[in-house]
Amino acid sequence: MESDAPHTALPPAQAQEAWHSRLLGLMAARKEPIISFAVILVAWQIASLFLPPYLIPSVGVIVGAFVEIVLDISLLGDVLITMGRIFLGLVLAFIIGTVLGVFMGFTQTVEKHTLPVLHFIMGIPALSWVVFAIIWFSHVETRIAFILLAGCLPNFSLIIHDGIKSISKEYLDMLRAMRPTRKQLFSKLILPGMIPAVLTAWKVNLGLAARVVIVAELVGASRGVGNKLLLAQELFEMPKAIAWTLVLVAFLLITQLTILALENKLLRWRPAKQGGMAT
Amino acid sequence: MSAAEPVVRMQDVSKVFTSVDGDRFTAVESLDLEVGSGDIVAIVGKTGCGKSTTFNLLLGLEEATTGSIELLGHDPHTEFDWFRSKLGVIFQTDRLLPWRTALENARVGLEILEYSEKEQNDIATQWLHKLELQGFEDAYPHELSGGMRQRVGMARAFCLSPEIFFADEAFGHLDQSTARRLREVFLELVTETRKTCLLITHNIHEALEIGSRLVILGRPGRVLADMETPTNATRAEMAEFEDRILDIIENNEVVG
Repeated sequence: MESDAPHTALPPAQAQEAWHSRLLGLMAARKEPIISFAVILVAWQIASLFLPPYLIPSVGVIVGAFVEIVLDISLLGDVLITMGRIFLGLVLAFIIGTVLGVFMGFTQTVEKHTLPVLHFIMGIPALSWVVFAIIWFSHVETRIAFILLAGCLPNFSLIIHDGIKSISKEYLDMLRAMRPTRKQLFSKLILPGMIPAVLTAWKVNLGLAARVVIVAELVGASRGVGNKLLLAQELFEMPKAIAWTLVLVAFLLITQLTILALENKLLRWRPAKQGGMAT
Repeated sequence: MSAAEPVVRMQDVSKVFTSVDGDRFTAVESLDLEVGSGDIVAIVGKTGCGKSTTFNLLLGLEEATTGSIELLGHDPHTEFDWFRSKLGVIFQTDRLLPWRTALENARVGLEILEYSEKEQNDIATQWLHKLELQGFEDAYPHELSGGMRQRVGMARAFCLSPEIFFADEAFGHLDQSTARRLREVFLELVTETRKTCLLITHNIHEALEIGSRLVILGRPGRVLADMETPTNATRAEMAEFEDRILDIIENNEVVG
């Protein structure tokens, strides 16, 4: 069918029309969030007319501060440093957390000993870890890595442990009847079976890590978004405080979308209603 | 049954499960069974009579509490790895790995046996085609109907060219006409390969259609009767035979 051909060249007027209708279609599909954000922006702008700018700066001023950060390589570097810390902390938590999660999934003794401890650790507030890190370590990066690890590792372990436990015994028996080696059983069943859990763990932990790292950076870091937020607070610069927050959120959203794209690719075997994007 | 060394031999086999509270439950009790090479035996019995436990014992997935089990002269539990490629199993539900396509599911046993990728694909494709699944090689399980998924499950078992076939309620959850068609295909392929086959079912029709020998299990798992399936029987004779089987199952007593 002609309409199915992806590279069919259309005349300019028709192409523009098609582009417009696509844009309108996209906007219609995203109608609700667009309306919600528009309402927030208008309300903010109205509030800025009545309240002092050091409390509620106008939308224009915030956008200006945002653009300044994005266009200034040195300032953007702070965002990248924060993101780098998040990724490094997450990768470390992921590696150790996965090993622990897999061990818990396969060995009941490890499971019985470790699960209650992990649940206990999950109950400790991030701020407590910050205090402990400051007392225990003098190096800033070690402190941040420790806080991230303490905050995210239990999550990774618990979600991956759940993922392994949820692999059906029916599949296990089906494969065992063919007598696979341990390595084959891992690569053909356990590994692909735990991928959904791994992706969920990354999505959950990314948000968690971003919140934790900002708190961690407030104490002692000379660079990073947390440090910039602290400076903005000390100088009472509300536009910058908001702009820094927005930049970080933007970067996190991009990362979340990347994970979602990866999820759609890796989990394409799922029926559409389960594997589709939530947005 | 052939006079030669049996392919399957269960001697005085019992399986007792103990719950966490210490309660004991006997699933199989003093079970004796011999199956000769090339025999197609249907094991029939009521739900809960220990059929699935017997099936798991035969596959070596469970260890017998007492007694001995031998398949091809080896113990399927203690000599677990000896049975690589020797057992072809078709389960009650298809048990297709949802992240694998039909072809990838069919070839999983060949991957375990470390065949070359070309051989894996050639053999699996050949079996999928034999089971009328051409054009569906790249479909994921959720894109296939129940009958098609069960065919992929059959292809997965046949790909291995096993010594013994096991089928556990393999057609039980399908609609009648699909189940009937699949039974025909299954019997045709098993007969063609001249392999020993053990079919476990609660469906007497199915047992009579596939099995040339019928073993009736009672509760807890023990043999109530062991008989040849009548050949060239009239419809009335067959109905009478079915009634007899039903009586044996209901009475739950060993028939001499």
